[in-house]
Amino acid sequence: MQIPPALRYTKTHEWIFPDEHEAMVGITAHAQEELRDVVYVELPPLGKQVNQGEPVAVVESVKAAFDIYAPVSGTIVKTNAAVTQSPQVVNKDCYGEGWLFAIQPSRPSEVNTLMTADAYTKLITSEQPS
Amino acid sequence: MSELIFEKSVPGRRGYRLPAHDGPQRPLRDLLPAEHLRRQPPRLPEASELDVVRHYTRLSQRNFSVDTHFYPLGSCTMKYNPKLNDRIASWSRFADMHPLHPASCAQGLLRLLYELEQLLCEITGMHAFTLQPAAGAQGELTGLKMVRAYHRAKRQDRSTILIPDSAHGTNPASASLSGFQVMELKSNAHGLIDLAELRGRLSNDVAALMLTNPNTLGLFERDILAITALCHEHGALVYMDGANMNALLGLAKPGDMGVDLLQLNLHKTFSTPHGGGGPGAGPVGVSRSLEPFLPVPRVRKTGKRFVWDERGRRSIGRVHAFYGNVGVLVRAYIYIRTLGREGLERTGRAAILNANYLKARLADVFPVPFAGRCLHEFVVSLTPLKACGVTAWDVAKRLLDYGFYAPTVYFPLVVDEAFMIEPTETESRETLEAFANALRGIAQEARTNPELLRRAPHQLPVNRVDDVKAAREPNVRWTPSQVPVSNTSG
Repeated sequence: MQIPPALRYTKTHEWIFPDEHEAMVGITAHAQEELRDVVYVELPPLGKQVNQGEPVAVVESVKAAFDIYAPVSGTIVKTNAAVTQSPQVVNKDCYGEGWLFAIQPSRPSEVNTLMTADAYTKLITSEQPS
Repeated sequence: MSELIFEKSVPGRRGYRLPAHDGPQRPLRDLLPAEHLRRQPPRLPEASELDVVRHYTRLSQRNFSVDTHFYPLGSCTMKYNPKLNDRIASWSRFADMHPLHPASCAQGLLRLLYELEQLLCEITGMHAFTLQPAAGAQGELTGLKMVRAYHRAKRQDRSTILIPDSAHGTNPASASLSGFQVMELKSNAHGLIDLAELRGRLSNDVAALMLTNPNTLGLFERDILAITALCHEHGALVYMDGANMNALLGLAKPGDMGVDLLQLNLHKTFSTPHGGGGPGAGPVGVSRSLEPFLPVPRVRKTGKRFVWDERGRRSIGRVHAFYGNVGVLVRAYIYIRTLGREGLERTGRAAILNANYLKARLADVFPVPFAGRCLHEFVVSLTPLKACGVTAWDVAKRLLDYGFYAPTVYFPLVVDEAFMIEPTETESRETLEAFANALRGIAQEARTNPELLRRAPHQLPVNRVDDVKAAREPNVRWTPSQVPVSNTSG
């Protein structure tokens, strides 16, 4: 499974691209696989202030609806209209075209509290049900 | 697929032809403003009474229902609805009663409603009830509005509701709709509320904890007394989602556990019709300190008379026209009076026994994520079938071929490939065994012929539907293409 080394990860299966101005956020390959076919995405309004760990978006699949949590605190500066129009993009390209929103971090050090690709790999391996 | 009633339409065909009107007439345009008048008659299907009866009877026969199939839909308590309840509710003294009848002419019905409240108080250990809410989720909303009113009256501004991660989706939805922030509580390794986690989350911003007991895993919250005490120490209320009350009937009272508010789903626990056959009823019970906030009107007894009491300075107001879905309330009353205290207790025990029996019949095929006895329902994980490329969804579809309605799938979210099974007390041992054998057979099919499952169901009028396309590009409107419409109606 793809877990790009340049990204940081949360326990709730979001990824974030560390950047001072526009840190892009999406869900991991593991998450989209578990969710299966995504049918609806609700994104936060531009300019919204968010705190780390707060629910900010919703991804709904044929299985259930899931909250997406802000990996870091900051302001929502971009949202990806492509995923609201064609939710399947999240399944097809979760690290690329299927990004959800971008945050301008207000506390840049918070990103260091998130998992590296190695740590995240360990997490999902340990979560695999026997 | 069968034809729609619109497609069966034949121009000019009627069920009834009314005789010509021989009284004085005024043109329609004198009675209604021009902008509200149709220029053309509506495109209604034209059919005889027999066409209509056959069409809808046939459709109903293609459906799954409690009257025709075992319906183990977890958390929905799809128990049998005794016909006696329907029969008595249809007596003209109940069925022909108008909500605007003065109370003096409706003493019998008011007495029934009053006594139903008393019975629900006795069953749950709560102090007072409102019968107004028309569904479980409306009961939750009503309860949360009372939570808000309670804290306001104490001049407290509390904005957070704590909800365990195994909760019904309606709980966070109701909290959010009531203007609260939702904070999730992670379940512990036993699938229960974690006391340390709860302690860490409680603060003077927490308005209430919303829990379900037994929870959606069918497990009793063993620490319930410590949980409610801890919440009360922090000034927070405890709301209990009573959707799973079937497990506690005659055995335990939420009021004794320190619960401050709860809703009951009469269409689950108390055998009134459920789902499309509703309407439902979600009465809310409260402790003494919350009684002033109950919706008005309330039924009161003064001497030997029953009256509507509209007073209530601190009441949150009305939540339903008149006094809820009265026909449903009559059915629940009959059910409770028919069973009596001992009967209700036997109901609770049999629901628990049936669930544990079925769980034991399946435990060697499917892992049960949380060990120990369950109450009225249980959750198994279908994860082992993933290796054959088969999902819980496929198994659910295949069960339909075996003549069983599918259990709840993919809920609660804390279990991978969840299958949530609630047999209820009304099923016989033979039915439970037939169901267990069907599931065991399907598990075998998953290994030998997974493709069969991935394409299931095979025996139904409608086979596998494209639910992804249906969700992404919903098209719920049938467009009349070549339907002949006659101009003779009107």
